[in-house]
Amino acid sequence: MIKAVMMMNTQGKPRLAKFYDFLPVEKQQELIRGVFSVLSSRPENVSNFLEIDSLFGPDSRLVYKHYATLYFVLVFDGSENELAMLDLIQVLVETLDKCFSNVCELDIVFNYSKMHTVLDEIVFGGQVLETRSDEVMKAVEEISK
Amino acid sequence: MEQLKTIGRELAMGSQGGFGQSKEFLDLVKSIGEARSKAEEDRIVLSEIDILKRKLLEPDIPKRKMKEYIIRLVYIEMLGHDASFAYIHAVKMSHDDNLLLKRTGYLAVTLFLNEDHDLIILIVNTIQKDLRSDNYLVVCAALNAICRLINEETIPAVLPQVVDLLNHHKEAVRKKAIMALHRFHRKSPSSVSHLISNFRKRLCDNDPGVMGATLCPLFDLITEDVASYKDLVSSFVSILKQVTERRLPKSYDYHQMPAPFIQIKLLKIMALLGSGDKSASEIMYMVLGDLFKKCDSSTNIGNAILYECIRSISCIIPSPKLLEAAADAISKFLKSDSHNLKYMGIDGLGRLIKISPDIAEQHQLAVIDCLEDPDDTLKRKTFELLYKMTKSSNVEVIVDRMIDYMISINDNHYKTEIASRCVELAEQFAPSNQWFIQIMNKVFEHAGDLVNIKVAHNLMRLIAEGFGEDDDDADSKLRLSAVESYLQIMSEPKLPSLFLQVISWVLGEYGTADGKYSASYISGKLCDVADAYSSDETVKGYAVSALMKIYAFEIASGRKVDVLPECQSLIEELLASHSTDLQQRAYELQALLALDARAVESILPLDASCEDIEVDKDLSFLNGYIQQAIESGAQPYISERERSGMLETTDYHSQDHHEVPSHALRFEAYERPKPSSLRTQASTELVPLPEPSYYSEAHQPISTSSVSERESSEIKLRLDGVKQKWGRPSYQSSTSASSTPPQAANGTSSHPDVGVGSSSLKPRSSYESKKPEIYPEKQRLAASLFGGSSSSRSDRKSSSGGHKPAKGTASKPPKENPIPVQPPPDLLDFGEPTATSVTATDPFKELEGLMDSSSQDGGSTDVMGVLYSDAAPVTTTTSVDSLLSELSDSSKGNPGTYQSQTSKGPNSQEALEKDALVRQMGVNPTSQNPTLFKDLLG
Repeated sequence: MIKAVMMMNTQGKPRLAKFYDFLPVEKQQELIRGVFSVLSSRPENVSNFLEIDSLFGPDSRLVYKHYATLYFVLVFDGSENELAMLDLIQVLVETLDKCFSNVCELDIVFNYSKMHTVLDEIVFGGQVLETRSDEVMKAVEEISK
Repeated sequence: MEQLKTIGRELAMGSQGGFGQSKEFLDLVKSIGEARSKAEEDRIVLSEIDILKRKLLEPDIPKRKMKEYIIRLVYIEMLGHDASFAYIHAVKMSHDDNLLLKRTGYLAVTLFLNEDHDLIILIVNTIQKDLRSDNYLVVCAALNAICRLINEETIPAVLPQVVDLLNHHKEAVRKKAIMALHRFHRKSPSSVSHLISNFRKRLCDNDPGVMGATLCPLFDLITEDVASYKDLVSSFVSILKQVTERRLPKSYDYHQMPAPFIQIKLLKIMALLGSGDKSASEIMYMVLGDLFKKCDSSTNIGNAILYECIRSISCIIPSPKLLEAAADAISKFLKSDSHNLKYMGIDGLGRLIKISPDIAEQHQLAVIDCLEDPDDTLKRKTFELLYKMTKSSNVEVIVDRMIDYMISINDNHYKTEIASRCVELAEQFAPSNQWFIQIMNKVFEHAGDLVNIKVAHNLMRLIAEGFGEDDDDADSKLRLSAVESYLQIMSEPKLPSLFLQVISWVLGEYGTADGKYSASYISGKLCDVADAYSSDETVKGYAVSALMKIYAFEIASGRKVDVLPECQSLIEELLASHSTDLQQRAYELQALLALDARAVESILPLDASCEDIEVDKDLSFLNGYIQQAIESGAQPYISERERSGMLETTDYHSQDHHEVPSHALRFEAYERPKPSSLRTQASTELVPLPEPSYYSEAHQPISTSSVSERESSEIKLRLDGVKQKWGRPSYQSSTSASSTPPQAANGTSSHPDVGVGSSSLKPRSSYESKKPEIYPEKQRLAASLFGGSSSSRSDRKSSSGGHKPAKGTASKPPKENPIPVQPPPDLLDFGEPTATSVTATDPFKELEGLMDSSSQDGGSTDVMGVLYSDAAPVTTTTSVDSLLSELSDSSKGNPGTYQSQTSKGPNSQEALEKDALVRQMGVNPTSQNPTLFKDLLG
């Protein structure tokens, strides 16, 4: 199960955070900060995976991808496949790219609710729902009609 | 240029409809983005909150505006500020008829509220209505919301509608309804348990997307209960087959891979279903084999599927061909330049190594590379692999590496983990006690505050017990080396508290034992500890007790004790300590100093930390006094049991829970559940009443049926063997407690040479010869890690000639030994004549034949394993068996009894005879020590 989806910029400012189990605001902040401090200390050209039990409890893994000024982060448990999660980030980014034609940090900041709509079509209640970005696009367009 | 683009975007954004935001929100985001410090950001956000609070109070806010406010509030809360004042507005918005507004309302509510929030009750009604909506987008929005907002109590309110939606004509709705149901199942399995069949049904949905979604709940269900889904094995296999054969519409392709996420889920499910099931596994062979051929290892997703195949193969019962394919895939991963793939390769290796231990050997160098990689994630994964493949031949290299890494990191969480792994490996595979103590010292020194206190106690016990009573020389050498190392380490600043406790304890017990260090030297050191760590009361307590022991040994040996002035001042200081514990220790120390040698010796005998203290629980030494008191007219004592028994009879019918005085804590065992008080009464009349003494002996809910079947004399015998679950420890439980390390150590210690002698020498020497070459040459490291070096192997083989092979082959854990034919080296290494000669008097030798059947994982082959595992693998000897059956035929079927007996060591037979006699006489001993009853039995 996916526990959280986060996007934050390279300065550590959260751009989008969704936790699939309720957490109080303070805890969310703590986790976001914790994740950022781990990510920012990672060198270039290392793996995209992290074991992150210290923040999210036992058997928690994290996959992240660094695009320009943004980190895309997925936190999940042992029932998901790391490489597949990496591709899920890819799906998300591809979809956003289609939505905003050449997505950048600003798009994400300014289209907060659309971002959530896109994310909700891809990940539903912590499970991967849809990985076809065309389908996601179609659904989002239909909603915003 | 970049900036121009940004400005253009901003302009476009301002005019955007639909999801677009207003100028104010833009400004807010921008100013926050430009904030230089957290304080500045907080200021901006707080003023924004003020503005929004005011605006929300205005009457007749246009809905568009309201939506924007709410988005701004969501944003603010994401930044960590409280927006609870606006929750109600978000709830209101979810009632709106406009889809976009409704969605915004739901979004805000799902982000703001937890499922137990008071406002949820206001939303449930809306959700119910929306689930019935004709507009499927509204339904989807509601389904989305229920995943987060519905708790166990509210599930029934929406459940019927969600179930209806499983048959909705839109696949998007069906998909989400399944997911919602899955979510309910996760939250409260009982509330949807009657609907589980729906998941099976939906597996046959026409839409592949819905089918794929069904796999998520099925995965969970199968994890919980594999057996009931075995019938689906062939369905899953055929689905996977169809997917891989590209029978799905082209739109499901992702990077030219057909529906990879569905494939991965299917593979995960197959891993569950095929685990330990030969026939199910066989059905899967074909499709798994095809997958290896078909997977495109040039794409990330292709590798994801390949990895999942490896994982499945490691779970099911694989065919040799599949294993080979998996091994090939792993080697591709490991050879790749991508750190991600290396990580997966190491992970796969760790999984496969359980099935085919020799696979690691081909990849030695790749593993070493990963170990030295700058990538922390990869390094940790590799340590995990090494941890899995540790055995006694490579434990030293691996643990050394782990400790080096442990010292180098700051992450306390991982430090704790790796420290506990070091301890575990050291306890399990240590080649010698000296080495073990060294490793423990390092662990304590660098991660002392992070390790479990049990580890410290284990270490102390090891030092105290050494390897057995037969080899005092080795023991004292061990202790001396520990004392020396501690005296050295002590001078270092800032040691962890736990380590200091160990140090103080060891110095107290053995600091002066060897005569090498004077009492004043050691006591000075202990005073230094108490001084330097004056804020740590536990350490101080240990130090004072250590001082007390030092002085006690001095007094007992007749030497004159001069208390150092600093000790004197320490004692005086502690006499007035705020801590009563320290005060008491100080007073005790003071009192002890005034006693004569004989008294001191009986208070604190030398090296008696592991002796059993005989506690006279019955307080028999008071008998004379009681007798006197009764004679002079005192009331005899009525035991609590008798008193509560009286209570039972007096208000027997008054209530069901009559036995429990409601106001008092109960410490004895609960009675057997009674269907009704009347029936119990009847049954107690029928059952031949056992002697009352028996019940008072053991507060034990023995089954009444077995009681009625047996003679009372048999009952007694039987009782001894029956393991008591609750209540006061009876004889059996106390003997079984003897399998705890102290006694178990004695049992194994009948190989004195095993421990400190030969076995420690051999691996040690081979290791030392290797050591200098490790760093210059990776190959060597690999060899020492993987046990691949031919020299060490031949070494083991040559030594195996001199020893009984039965031991070597006994219950060899495949996981720990990559070379199948090679017997475990640690046991073979003590193949010296002395070792075998000792076993002649040892029950262990007779046990060897039985050892094969003991399923102890590595324990029986490994000396340290025996020493440290709580349940030492001790089986019965035939002679003991016959002896026992002569003595008491009814004690058959109680292997537990023999086990604990034999673990007592060389004099076990004597002890057994006594025990059997004891049981025949119906005496229920209260102590572990069989010699206690010597007087009693004559």
